[in-house]
Amino acid sequence: MTAALEVAVTRQIGEFELDVAFTVESGISVLFGPSGAGKSLTLALIAGLMRPDSGTIVINGEVVTDCEHRLHVSTQARRIGMVFQDGLLLPHRSVLDNVALAVRQASGRPARRAVARSWLERVGAEGFAHRRPGSLSGGQRQRVALARGLAGDPALVLLDEPLSALDSAVRRELRNLIREVIISSGVPAVLVTHDAEEAEDLGDVVIAYNDGRVTGRRVVARPVYPEPQPGAPQSTEPT
Amino acid sequence: MTALVPHSWLNSLGIPPWVWNPLSVSLHAAFEATIVVAVVGVALGYLLAKGRFPGRGAIETLFSLPMALPPTVVGYYLLTRMGGPGPIRNAEIHLFGHPLTFTFTGIVVAQIVESFPYCLRFSRTAISVVDPRFEQAARAMGLSRWRIMLLVTLPLARRGIVAGVAMAFGRALGDFGATMIVSGSVPMATTMPIALYDAVFYGSHEQAMVLALVQLGVAFAILLGVSRLGKVRPW
Repeated sequence: MTAALEVAVTRQIGEFELDVAFTVESGISVLFGPSGAGKSLTLALIAGLMRPDSGTIVINGEVVTDCEHRLHVSTQARRIGMVFQDGLLLPHRSVLDNVALAVRQASGRPARRAVARSWLERVGAEGFAHRRPGSLSGGQRQRVALARGLAGDPALVLLDEPLSALDSAVRRELRNLIREVIISSGVPAVLVTHDAEEAEDLGDVVIAYNDGRVTGRRVVARPVYPEPQPGAPQSTEPT
Repeated sequence: MTALVPHSWLNSLGIPPWVWNPLSVSLHAAFEATIVVAVVGVALGYLLAKGRFPGRGAIETLFSLPMALPPTVVGYYLLTRMGGPGPIRNAEIHLFGHPLTFTFTGIVVAQIVESFPYCLRFSRTAISVVDPRFEQAARAMGLSRWRIMLLVTLPLARRGIVAGVAMAFGRALGDFGATMIVSGSVPMATTMPIALYDAVFYGSHEQAMVLALVQLGVAFAILLGVSRLGKVRPW
């Protein structure tokens, strides 16, 4: 079976050197470690927002970065979805527009909006589809950001500390939602966190980071995944 | 050419032609100049804010020179380049059938040159302070560079851009030195500042007072609009 993601890269930034190699299968893989360990930098390299100094990145069997052959597929062409720490929803567009803009698999505004609406329903955000992000709470914003990250039919979704800006009650609630929605969609995910409890709750695999290196990898015991919802890609497997 | 509103309406409102004609020329010329300045200024501002190419500083300095130069110097160069023999004058004759000096179009050109730096600098600054993470998020959403520019960057920079365009309009409307040298005081191509100068020069102090008051009101309205743009809640 093709790995969802293969990463083997180095990147030097000042004194800090990132040198990591790992693979990701289906489910949620958590990059866990202290702040400054290089987790978010790894995510930026996978997304193509930055370029590594050396190495390769393969997403779903397609080489998207190969430094030796000077190959760097643009972020737009990587078929990834991203969820950022503070959502980064476009403040001048409605919630529905924010999600619809990310829809790649449908053409025409009505079709894109229909896909966006269905994703907003799945994350429980359909009630504020026509509101501006500025009027939402932190938890509501992250629900929308999750819908936006998945709405473009990505081959891989990247979540960069999606819960770290929220209070503990909302975090617990959203942890369950993130896991449920990502697993049921069947899209493999890489999630960055420095919170051990969060890593344990969300991850199928926890990849430990420290000082720019992968220091460990552990499979979290999980029950069998729920069946994917109709229409979702069939790529989930039990661990 | 400059009758934006029928003169019969103005007469019924009691606005005399010696106010309306120069005000109409000023508004018309400033409006046309501002359209050109807004399109080119925002595009160049975007390139200077986002582009990574050598000579960016030199380009911005060159296009900002009219801010630092006396308007008469700008007018002198425009008069000698547009009116004197040479390729620019030949191009004007080829395109318009006559040189542009001492014409309404000449006024527009002078106002474009004088007001361009305001739009350019405001736009460049507004675009360069847009949080790049929004653009990164848009890239991850699969939006092309053009769509990111149109749907993300420019809307997020819109307040600074609109303020720059408003300042450029105000500058174009108030230009005296460059316009005076390029167009002189040609009938039906006389702007408000030149009409005021003529009124003072010929001792028509009542007319001068009215013309000055009208310009004061227009300038006040523009600055009030710009300041409201600064205070309005972003989204």
